Amino acid sequence: MGDFKFAKEKLTDVLSALKDFKVFAPVKTDGVVRFQEVADPAQVSLDYSNSNVPPKELMFPETETLFRYRLGGTDLDVANPAEGPKRVIFGIRPCDAQAFSIVDNLYGWDFPDPYFQGRRANTVLVGLACADPCANCFCPSVGGSPASEDNVDAMMFDLGDTIYLKGLTDRGEEIASAISGAVEAAGDAEKKAAAGQAEEASGKIQRSIDTSGIPEKLPSLYDHPFWEQFSDRCLGCGICTFLCPTCHCFDIQDEVEQFDCRRARMWDTCMFSEYSLHTSGHNPRPTRKERTRNRISHKYSYFPTKFDVIACVGCGRCINYCPVNIDILDILEKSKQAEAKEEQTA
Amino acid sequence: MMDESNPYLPYTVKVEEAWFETPGERCIKTFKVNFTDEKVWDTWSHKPGQCAMVGRLGVGESMFCISSAPSEEGYLRFSVMRMGKVTSALHELEAGDLMTVRGPVGNSFPLDEWEGKDIVTIGGGIGQAPLRPVINYIRANRDRFGELKVLYGARTSDDHCFKGEFDDFRKEGHGCHLAVDVSEEKWPHFVGFVPNLLMEVSPSPENAVAVTCGPPVMIKFVIQNLEKLGFAPEQIYTTLEERMKCGIGKCGRCNIGHLYVCKDGPVFSYATLKEIPEAFA
Repeated sequence: MGDFKFAKEKLTDVLSALKDFKVFAPVKTDGVVRFQEVADPAQVSLDYSNSNVPPKELMFPETETLFRYRLGGTDLDVANPAEGPKRVIFGIRPCDAQAFSIVDNLYGWDFPDPYFQGRRANTVLVGLACADPCANCFCPSVGGSPASEDNVDAMMFDLGDTIYLKGLTDRGEEIASAISGAVEAAGDAEKKAAAGQAEEASGKIQRSIDTSGIPEKLPSLYDHPFWEQFSDRCLGCGICTFLCPTCHCFDIQDEVEQFDCRRARMWDTCMFSEYSLHTSGHNPRPTRKERTRNRISHKYSYFPTKFDVIACVGCGRCINYCPVNIDILDILEKSKQAEAKEEQTA
Repeated sequence: MMDESNPYLPYTVKVEEAWFETPGERCIKTFKVNFTDEKVWDTWSHKPGQCAMVGRLGVGESMFCISSAPSEEGYLRFSVMRMGKVTSALHELEAGDLMTVRGPVGNSFPLDEWEGKDIVTIGGGIGQAPLRPVINYIRANRDRFGELKVLYGARTSDDHCFKGEFDDFRKEGHGCHLAVDVSEEKWPHFVGFVPNLLMEVSPSPENAVAVTCGPPVMIKFVIQNLEKLGFAPEQIYTTLEERMKCGIGKCGRCNIGHLYVCKDGPVFSYATLKEIPEAFA
């Protein structure tokens, strides 16, 4: 696999060289960094800690059409996300790439999901290693690292004036060959600098959790009052789930406009009461206590019980953006204490 | 089977017959449907207990048990209580109208494991719908099972589903024990709630399996009484229901603990459920 470098000021040339791909890259608008389809390479900025909105919307759009139909008809015009030019997510952070691999388990499970998987198959991931993790990052606690190469096709390191790009898979090589005219070969100096940066970045991670035992123990805390310490101040806004790169729950709705209809799916959240509300009026998760418990238990117990991997990548967004400072690491630590207390009294 | 390339695409079915099982605000209507593309039958197979998303284009889909047994060939049956948006839209349909079916989904009753055993079904209200294919499977495979006892209760005699089939059970030599919640004129059978009917009939747990479906509160007390009668958790089965959207274990909402009712269920043994605190939430 190839190792390349390019001067940071040549970024627009590199992006322009990817003309046969549909390129999505971080764009800062009104202070918010979000992955957008690149219309003008000059808009793209690799100078960000992590995008405010994770790029999960590029695999799992906020709203997407499953199929269209005419009211009264039976013919279904099925959307095919795998169609069209190959896509590149340029500058994805290792945690957000890991989230795709985690959610693959569910979307590939038993009844493969053609929409998610179609996009996955049609998308190349060019990562950007973290040099400066955020205050609430904890990726090493959940199987990641600031420069993890496990879930990307190529990895970039921002070495100051130079970007070092490392091809990791055949798909990554496709990118490398497309941009070959805009890059030059990297040498030992870049490799060494990248390795040093990766180690330094790991050392900058301030928060952590020892997850051992949590998946097994959470179900035993089902009725424990400690959940209320957090759910009592929860506003039920759902931002923790909407901005979570691994949260994947959705609703399905039929939309009718005159005779043109579509069946669409859209992000949903277990933090809303309607999510689990029965038609009878019964709700198995009637308050924010049950919903908070479900959110944490799904990520740290139910999902790993099914798929042997925790559904959290330690990106810290749910902590950063919660309007009432609910902190998932705090909840997890309290869950460990709650269990220890029970053992003492037992 | 479900369209393997895209499990979100429904089949179109035509309503062949439709009739009301029960009256009232929350009336139950049974639909007997057939695929408009008869070739679907070449790949379709379902087992008692399995479900399907039934719906109308332009309105949406909801999950219903397939209330016909596989031995009832050439059609599928669904019994739908009028409750919300989708069920009200389905209730508007009559013979000749089109609806959609997406399935089959979910697990099924482990009837192979139950061979040679006595089977007791304990139903309440619309909960008889998932039990109907079990009963009809056993009727169609009579030599493979021991005694069959059907216990079924509803608020009033009008509220019993599948009324026309009870005499057949008795003629075939099966137990058929009916109940209504409150006494009414000319009702010759048991008066009281289903858990009490169960104690009245007192089936033996020896080499037996009990299957119960109905309102959650009924299931709770039926299970308590089955344990009083000596049934072990492994001998007790029920079906659960939760709100569902995808039916294939992806949209998230129907979980009880780590299990998805749509995919890991709807059929669960009490031995499984008693380990999951959320099961009866």
